Amino acid sequence: MAEIKKTFLLKGMHCASCVGVIEKSLKKTPGVKDAVVNLATEKATVTYDSNVCKEGQIASAVANVGYKALVEQENISEDEEKIEKAKDLKKLRNKVGVSLFLGALILWGSFPGLINFAPEILKSFWVQLILATPVQFWAGWTFYRATIPALKHRTANMDTLVALGTTVAYIYSAFVTFFPNVVMDLGLEVMPYFDVAAIVIGLILLGRYFEARAKGQTSQALKKLIGMQAKTAKVIREGKEVDIPIEQVVIGDVVRVRPGEKIPVDGIILEGDSSVDESMITGESIPVEKLKGDTVVGATMNKTGTFTYKAGKVGQDTMLAQIIKLVQEAQGSKAPIQRVADLISSYFVPIVIMLAFATFAVWYVFGPNPALFFALLNTVAVLIIACPCAMGLATPTAIMVGTGLGAEKGILIKDAQSLEIAHKVNTIIFDKTGTLTKGKPEVTDVIRIKNQESRIKDDKELLRLAASIEKGSEHSLAEAIVKYAEDENVKTESVTKFKAVAGHGVTGEIGNRKIYFGNKRLLESENIALDSYTEQIEQLENEGKTVMMLAVDSKLAGFIAVADTIKDSAKEGVKALQEKGIEVVMITGDNSRTANAIAKTLGIERVFAEVLPQEKEEIVRKLQLGESRIKNQELGRKNHNSKFILHNSQKRIIAFVGDGINDAPALASADIGIAMGTGTDVAIEAADITLINKDLRSVASAIELSRKTMRTIKLNLFWAFGYNTLLIPVAMGVLYPFFGILLSPIFASAAMASSSISVVTNSLLLKRHRL
Amino acid sequence: MTPDKLIVIIASIVSIGFTYWFFLMKKEKVVAVTSDSVDITVSGGYQPEVISIPKGKTTKINFLRSDPSSCLEEVVLSDFKIKKFLPLNKKTTIEVTPQKEGEFPFSCGMNMFHGKIKVI
Repeated sequence: MAEIKKTFLLKGMHCASCVGVIEKSLKKTPGVKDAVVNLATEKATVTYDSNVCKEGQIASAVANVGYKALVEQENISEDEEKIEKAKDLKKLRNKVGVSLFLGALILWGSFPGLINFAPEILKSFWVQLILATPVQFWAGWTFYRATIPALKHRTANMDTLVALGTTVAYIYSAFVTFFPNVVMDLGLEVMPYFDVAAIVIGLILLGRYFEARAKGQTSQALKKLIGMQAKTAKVIREGKEVDIPIEQVVIGDVVRVRPGEKIPVDGIILEGDSSVDESMITGESIPVEKLKGDTVVGATMNKTGTFTYKAGKVGQDTMLAQIIKLVQEAQGSKAPIQRVADLISSYFVPIVIMLAFATFAVWYVFGPNPALFFALLNTVAVLIIACPCAMGLATPTAIMVGTGLGAEKGILIKDAQSLEIAHKVNTIIFDKTGTLTKGKPEVTDVIRIKNQESRIKDDKELLRLAASIEKGSEHSLAEAIVKYAEDENVKTESVTKFKAVAGHGVTGEIGNRKIYFGNKRLLESENIALDSYTEQIEQLENEGKTVMMLAVDSKLAGFIAVADTIKDSAKEGVKALQEKGIEVVMITGDNSRTANAIAKTLGIERVFAEVLPQEKEEIVRKLQLGESRIKNQELGRKNHNSKFILHNSQKRIIAFVGDGINDAPALASADIGIAMGTGTDVAIEAADITLINKDLRSVASAIELSRKTMRTIKLNLFWAFGYNTLLIPVAMGVLYPFFGILLSPIFASAAMASSSISVVTNSLLLKRHRL
Repeated sequence: MTPDKLIVIIASIVSIGFTYWFFLMKKEKVVAVTSDSVDITVSGGYQPEVISIPKGKTTKINFLRSDPSSCLEEVVLSDFKIKKFLPLNKKTTIEVTPQKEGEFPFSCGMNMFHGKIKVI
C-alpha cells in the first residue's frame, strides 16, 4: 500500500455546504482514506492509497458533485506566473508614464535653453521638489525596496546603484532648495538636479518595461509547447462516449478522435485510420498516415479520419510532457561560457560603488570649479551607467531562445552545455543500421533473364514465384520479398514439396514447375549454371545488396536483390555536414563490402566495419583522444578496413548519432550523443540531443543551431562587457582632460536602459534564423 | 591642499575600504539542513544564503519571495537543471536529490543574487 497525502486546489466553491458535499464524494471514492476540504483556502487535502486511487479519480469525484479539482499543478503555476507578470507590467507602465511626465515638466523648468519657454511656476525649486518627490519615492520605491533588504544581507545589485545614484541627486537638490544661502556661501551655483533624479528613474523604468516584455518572448516556445496540450478527451466508458478533462484520462482508456480534433494523449490505434499532422512535435509538415496498430502522439492534430485508440501514456509520461520537461531542464541549465560572467557579476556592484567614491574624490580634489558640481554629477553618472543586468542576461536569454527554437523544429537539446559543445564538433560518427539506413531489408532489384527455357513471361511472374515459395520461410529476407509482392499487388500461389535448405535457400513445386530460390551455393549444389550472369550478381553485391537467385526446372530464371535501404534524408544530411567542414564517419557491425557500398553512395570516406556493439564506444574514445592509428588487432578484427585508419593525431570533438540500445554507451561516451527519432528511452537518456523528427538533415541543423546560439551569446557578452568597460571610465570622466567630454547622468540612464534591451533583443533575433 | 579636500580624500578611502569589507569580506553562514525541508526567504538575496544537505537525500527547498524586485522573480539551480518562477508571497518548493558531494551555487534569473548548496 502506498498511502499519500496530497492537497488539491478546488474551484467553484461558494458556501460552507459545498465543503460537506465534496468531502462526502471524496470519501466514497475507493482508496481514499480521508478528505478534508477548506472553504477559506479552497483546497482539499486527501489521504489515499495511490495503488488503488489515482489523481484522475479524485478529480472525477469532485467533478461529479459539480466542482473542479485542479490536479495539474504545473499549469496552475504557469497561469499564476502569467497573471503576476501581466500585473507587474501594468504597474510598471503606469510608473513609467507618471515619472517621465513629471520628469519632463521638471526638465522644462530647469534645462538651459528650454527654461526660457517654461512657465514661471515650473522654474520654482519648490515646485520641482514637489514634482520630483513622487517620482523618487513612489515610482523609484522599487529600487529602495530591493536595496534595503539586500544591504541587510550585505549584498548589492543594480537597484542598489540606481537607488544610490538618484538619492544623491535628489538629496543634494533638496538641500539646495531648503538652504540656498548655505550653498551660495560655499561659492556654488544655486542649482538643484531634480531633473536628473526624475528622468533617470523614468528612463530606467522604461528600460525595464521593454526588457520585461522582450524577456517574455524568450520563453515563448516553451509556452507554445505547454499550450499545445488538448484540454479534453472523448473517452468511451461503459459503452458511452464522455467528454472528460485531459487530466482524468487513465492508461487503458479508449479514446475517440474525429477529423480536425487534437489527439489528447499518447496511445495505439485500435480501429480506424487517418492522416495525422505531427508537425507540432516533429517539425515535419507532411501529415503521417496512421493505421490500426500505429502509435499516435498526444497534442498532434487528426486530419481526415475518425479512429479509436487505447491510451498508453498519460500525464507526465506523454511525449509532449517529456519534451516540455526536457526543454525546461535545458533552459534551467548553465552554459560553461557563462562562468566568466558569473565571476565578474559577483564582484561587479561593490567595485562600481568603490569607483564612484574614487570618482568623487578625484573630481573634488583635482577637478575644475565648481568642483562639488563635477564631483556629484560624475559620481551619479558612474552609479547609473553600470549595468550588471546585461551581463546576467547575455547567456540565459540566448539559451532560452536557442533551445526553444530547436524544440519547435524537433531538435531537443538536453542542456546548455550540450548546446555549447555541439558547435565545436568536428567529427560525426553515424551508426549505419537504423540510423543511416531504414534498418529493414527491402527489395531493390527484380531482374528477369530473358530466355525461353525458364518460361517466365515478366518480372511480376518472377516475383510471384519467389514470394510464393518464400511465404513459408521465416528468414528476414523472405519477409522483404513477400512484403514487396504484396505492395506490388502480386498474388502468391500454393507451394508443394516445400523444403528449406539451411544456409542455402528454399525449394518446392508450384503447379508442375520445380522452383529453386536461394544463394549461389544452392544453385551450385543443384548443378544449375549461372552462365554469364556472375558479373552482374557481383556488381549487385558490391552495391551492398544480397542477391537471391530463382531457378525454374533447373534453369536460371532471374534474381532478386534485397538490401537495407538508405533513408531518404541520409545523403543530404551527410552532405550538409561535410559542407560545414565536419568529417563524417560511419560505423557498423555489417561486413566491409556492404558497409563500403553504403558509404560510397553517401559520400562517406571513413568507415569502421564489422564492429561489435561494445567496440563502438572504444572507437569513439580513441578518436576523441586523437589517436593516430586505430589498429586492427586492437579491435580484434583481422579484416577491419585498414583504408580508413585515421592519419592525423588531432584531438577531435566527436558527435555520435545512433538510435538503439546498443548505441547507448557510444552515445554517452561521445562529446555529443545524438539520438535519432524517439528511439528507446535508454538512448534518449544517454543522448545530449534528440532528433524527434527522424530527419538526418537535422543533425546539421542542430550543429547550426548551436553555432548560431554561441555566436549570439558571444556577441551578447562582448556587448555587455564592452559596454561596461568602455562607458564606466567615460562616466568617471577619463575623456575630460583630453576632449572635455563628460557623460550626463541622463544620457547614462538612457544608455543603461538600452544596454539590457539590446542584449535581450539580440537573443530574440535568433528566432529569425531558419534551420 | 585645503582641509576640505583632505577630508574628502580620507572619507573616500575609508568608504572604499568599508565597501570592500561590507560586501566582499562577508563570512559565509552555513545552515545545516537536518530535516527533509528548509525554508529560504527571498528578499534582497537569499536567507539563509548557504545551506548544507546530505548527499543522496531528497530535500525540499521552500523559497518564499517577499521582495517584488524583478531581479529575484526566478531562481536558477543550474547544476540541477532547475529554473523556477517564484510567485510573490507564496511558497515555491523545489526538490533536490544531490548525487555527489560539492558546492552547487544557485542564483536569481539575472545572476545578481547568489546562494549555495553544500552537499556533504
